[in-house]
Amino acid sequence: MSTSTTDALMGYDEVIERFDPVMGLEVHVELGTATKMFCGCATTFGAEPNTQVCPVCLGLPGALPVVNAVGVESAIRIGLALNCQIAEWCRFARKNYFYPDMPKNFQTSQYDEPIAFNGFLDVELSDGSTYRVEIERAHMEEDTGKSLHVGGATGRIHGATHSLVDYNRAGIPLIEIVTKPMVGAGERAPEIARAYVATLRDLLKGLGVSDVKMEQGSMRCDVNLSLMAKGAEAFGTRSETKNVNSLRSVERAVRYEMCRHGALLAAGEKVVQETRHWHEDTGMTTAGREKSDAEDYRYFPEPDLVPVAPSREWVEELRAALPEPPAQRRKRLQTAYGFSDLEMRDVLNAGLLDLIEETVAAGGSPAAARKWWSGEIARRASAQGQDVPTYAAGLGLSPAAVVELEGMVTSGRLNDAMARQAWEGVLDGEGTPTQVADARGLQLNQDTGALEAAVDEVIAANPDVADKIRDGKVQAVGALIGQVMKAMKGQGDAAAARALILERLGQPS
Amino acid sequence: MPLIRSSAAELANLMATGEASSVEITRASLDRIAEVDGEVHAFLHVDAEGALAQAAEVDRRRAAGEELHALAGVPIAVKDVVVTRGLPTTAGSRILEGWVPPYDATLVTRLREAGLPILGKTNMDEFAMGSSTEHSAYGPTRNPWDLGRIPGGSGGGSAACLAAYEAPLAIGTDTGGSIRQPASVTGTVGAKPTYGGVSRYGLIAMASSLDQAGPCTRTVLDAALLHSLIGGHDRMDSTSLDAPVPPVVEAANRADVSGMRIGIVKELTGEGFQPGVQKRFEEAVQHLVDAGAEIVQVSCPSFRYALAAYYLVMPSEVSSNLAKFDAMRYGLRVLPEGIDDPSAEQVMAATRDAGFGDEVKRRIILGTYALSSGYYDAYYGSAQKVRTLIADDFARAFEVADVLVSPTSPTTAFPFGDKMSDPLSMYMQDIATIPANLAGVPGLSLPSGLADEDGLPAGFQILAPAMKDERMYAVGSALEKRLHAAWGGPLLARVPSLVKEA
Repeated sequence: MSTSTTDALMGYDEVIERFDPVMGLEVHVELGTATKMFCGCATTFGAEPNTQVCPVCLGLPGALPVVNAVGVESAIRIGLALNCQIAEWCRFARKNYFYPDMPKNFQTSQYDEPIAFNGFLDVELSDGSTYRVEIERAHMEEDTGKSLHVGGATGRIHGATHSLVDYNRAGIPLIEIVTKPMVGAGERAPEIARAYVATLRDLLKGLGVSDVKMEQGSMRCDVNLSLMAKGAEAFGTRSETKNVNSLRSVERAVRYEMCRHGALLAAGEKVVQETRHWHEDTGMTTAGREKSDAEDYRYFPEPDLVPVAPSREWVEELRAALPEPPAQRRKRLQTAYGFSDLEMRDVLNAGLLDLIEETVAAGGSPAAARKWWSGEIARRASAQGQDVPTYAAGLGLSPAAVVELEGMVTSGRLNDAMARQAWEGVLDGEGTPTQVADARGLQLNQDTGALEAAVDEVIAANPDVADKIRDGKVQAVGALIGQVMKAMKGQGDAAAARALILERLGQPS
Repeated sequence: MPLIRSSAAELANLMATGEASSVEITRASLDRIAEVDGEVHAFLHVDAEGALAQAAEVDRRRAAGEELHALAGVPIAVKDVVVTRGLPTTAGSRILEGWVPPYDATLVTRLREAGLPILGKTNMDEFAMGSSTEHSAYGPTRNPWDLGRIPGGSGGGSAACLAAYEAPLAIGTDTGGSIRQPASVTGTVGAKPTYGGVSRYGLIAMASSLDQAGPCTRTVLDAALLHSLIGGHDRMDSTSLDAPVPPVVEAANRADVSGMRIGIVKELTGEGFQPGVQKRFEEAVQHLVDAGAEIVQVSCPSFRYALAAYYLVMPSEVSSNLAKFDAMRYGLRVLPEGIDDPSAEQVMAATRDAGFGDEVKRRIILGTYALSSGYYDAYYGSAQKVRTLIADDFARAFEVADVLVSPTSPTTAFPFGDKMSDPLSMYMQDIATIPANLAGVPGLSLPSGLADEDGLPAGFQILAPAMKDERMYAVGSALEKRLHAAWGGPLLARVPSLVKEA
C-alpha cells in the first residue's frame, strides 16, 4: 500500500471530450437506533473501547442474533422515502470473509433479497435542473469493529507494530444504499455525486433515522467509477474508492478518478479493478486491496435468523407517516415566505430553514426571522466554528426571542438600530430582548415636543437642504433625518421625524 | 437399589420423601465418576465443588419448604458443546482449550434455575462432528458395554456417562443423530425435539439449521421430564418456537398406543442394517402391535438422498460457523513458525491449522467449496431442494401414520479405529437419523435389546411430526414397559459393572 506514487492525470476537459463516465455510489448509513442490530448493546458514539459489547456482538461461541425491529422499521422508511418497493419477504445472508475487526468472520447482511429495491431520488443541480438517480437497492446489515493500527507513521496497517480492535461499533445497524450505474452524466458526474449524497443526507436527517455525520463516519460513501470511450457500449473496468467522508470529497474523488482513469486509458494501460483509498489532505486516491469479480464471499441465507416479512398494512402505515420530502418542503416554504432564490440559497447554506419555520410558527414574520437568524449571530457562530442552529441551541436561544424582538420594533418601542443593539445584548447573554432593552435604556423617544424642537432646529441649520426639499427633491430628507436622530441621541423615531420634516417643508409624506 | 442406578424420576421421589438428599445423590454420582471415568472417559471436566454446592442449596430450599422443580437436586452432565459460565467449554476441540465462557446457554440457565447440580462437561467428537467420539481432541470415550468399542457420537460422553451410571441425566445435541445414535449403541434413551423446541442460544453451532439440543437419559419418562424443563420459547433464539412445550410428560406417563398408526419406513429397514439390529426392531414392532397399535408400511423415496444433502448443507454452515475461531478474541493462539512479524491472517491460519482436527478441516473445506460462487446452485441450492422433498415425504407419511419407526443406527457399537480411515462408512451410521434433522421433525431412540451376534445394544427410533413430540414419548414409553417386562428389568441392568471385583 503506497502513498508515494503519483498518478498520471488527464485534464478534465479532455476526459469529458473522449470518455463517458459511469458512476455508482454506495452509501452506508449508521442507524440511530438505541441498540445494535442483533443484540441489546448500546450504540453511543465515542464510548470507552470494548465497553458496549456482549456475547452476540463479540461473536462468542454459542451466541445468536435477534433482529432489531426498529432497525427494520428504519430500513423500510428509508426504502419508502427513496421510492423503493418494499420486499414482502426477505432474508438476511452471511457474507463470509476473514478480518480481525469482524467478530464472526462473516458479516450478517442481505444479498439477493434486499428489504427495499428499485427506487429513485431526484437531486437538484446548481443550474436548477433535476437529475434522477436510480436506486438499485437498500439493504440491512451490521457494521464491523474498528481497527486502530499503532506504531506506523500514517495510522495504516502498513508499518504498524501492532493493532488494537474496538468492537463497540460491531453490530451497529447499517443501511447500505446502492445506486444503479449512472450513465450519461458527462461532465456533471462530480456535481451529481455530491448533490446526490447531500440530498440523501437531508432526506435521512428528515426521517430522523440517523445523525448522518459524515465526519464521524455515521454516513460513508464509496464511489465506483469507470470510463468508457465515447460511443462504446460496454462499461470499462471500475475502481471502488472507499470511505469518502465529506460532500466536497465525494465531488473531488469522482473528478480525480475520472482524470486518473482517463490518463491510464489514453496511455493504453488497463485500469486495475481495485479498492482505492481517498486522501482528504492530498486530494488523491491510492491503491488498496486488489479486487476482482471472482472474490467470493460465499453468501448464503443466515440460518440463525428467520425471514423478515413486513405486512403490507405496516408498510402503508409507515408510508403514510413519512415526513414531507426535503425538496418539496423547501419549495413550499420558499413560496410561502416569499424568499428570492438567492435568499433561499443563503438560508439553506446556513442551515436556517428549521429555525425560520419555527420562528414563523411562533408568530414571527419570515423576513424578520431570516434577518435576525442571519447577520450578527451567523458571524459569532462561524467564529466558534459552529452553525447557527447549534450556536443558538448552545445559548439557549429560542425562536421566541426573535418574535419578541420583532414585536418591539413593530410596536414602535425600538427602531432598527436599537433592535440591533438589543439583539447583541441577547447574544452576549444579557437576557431577553426586553430585559436587554430595559437594562440598556433602549427606548424610542415619544416626546413630540422634543421631536418638533429638534426638527425645527435642523431645518434652520440647513437652509440649502430645506430649499431642495421644498423644490420637490424629497430624497434629500435622509440627510435631515440623520441629524434629527443625532440631536435626539439615537432615541428618536425616524419615521415620525421624516413625516414631520416633510410636513414642515410642505411636501406630502 | 444403589442411588446411581436409580432413574431421575426415582431420585426425585427419594428426595421428595426425604429418603435421600441431593447432596447424597450428587456425591454418589461424583464417587462413581471418580471410580470409573478413568476408563470410560465420558467427562472432559468435572465440577464436584459446584455440583455439591448446588445440591446443598437445593436441600436447603427443600428443607425450608420451598416449591421446587420435579427434577430439582437430580445431578446432570452437560455436553461440552453447550456453554457454561465459569466452566471450561471446549466442544472437544483444541482450539477452545482453556476457554471459560462468560455466559450460560439458555438451557443451562434453566437447569440452574430448576436446581439441577451440573456434574461436569461430557466428551464429544470435535465440534460434534463424528459418530464415535474418536474425533475428540482429548481422546475417545469408551463404551461401557465393551471398553474396546465406540460409545457413538458425537455425544458419546453424554450417552456413556448414563450407561456407566456416572449420571442419571445428560444434555446432548443432535445435528444428524448425535443424541440418538449414541443412545442406540449404549442402551440408553435420547430424544431430539422438534427443531426450535429447545433454545440453541449457547450451543456452539455446528450447523445452525440442523442443531437441536435434547435429553439423554436411561428411561423415556426421564427424557420427557428433562425435555419439558429445557424446552420452550427463548427470545434470544430467533428460530425458537413460540409455542408451549408439547405435553411430553403426560404422554410418557400414559404410555398409550392403542389405535395409534405406526409407520414402518421401507427405506430405513432391511438392507444395510445389521441382522441382530433388524431382528430386535421387528420384535419391538410386534410389542407395539400387542399393545394395540396398528402397523402401516410407508415409503419415503427421497430419504435416499438425505445423506448426500446433509453432507452439503451441514458442511456449508460449518464453514461459516467455525470461521469465528481465529485466535483474535479467545481460545488457542498459535504463532506461525519461521515468520518474525506475522500478520493477523498468518496467525489465524496457523491457529486454525493447529487447533482443528482432520474431520473438522475436512468439513470446512467441503462447505467452503459447496458455497463457492459457481457451485452454490449445484450443491447448496440442490441440497436445500432435497430438504424440501424430504419434508414432503414426511408430510405424506404422516398422513397415514401417527409416528414412523426404524432401527436408530444400522449397527451396534463398532470397535475403535474401525471406520477412521473410511469417513463414508462412518457417515452411514446416521443414515436413519439424518432425515429428521433435515425436516426438523422430532426423533427418539430407546433400547430394543441386545443384538444376537455381538450381545451389544440396538436402538429403536420413533419419529413424530413437528411439534407433536408427545407421540414419540407415548410410543417409547409403551414399548419400554413391554420390553422391561420381557427382559425382567431395564437393559442397562446387564451392562458390565466396570469395577474390578476385589
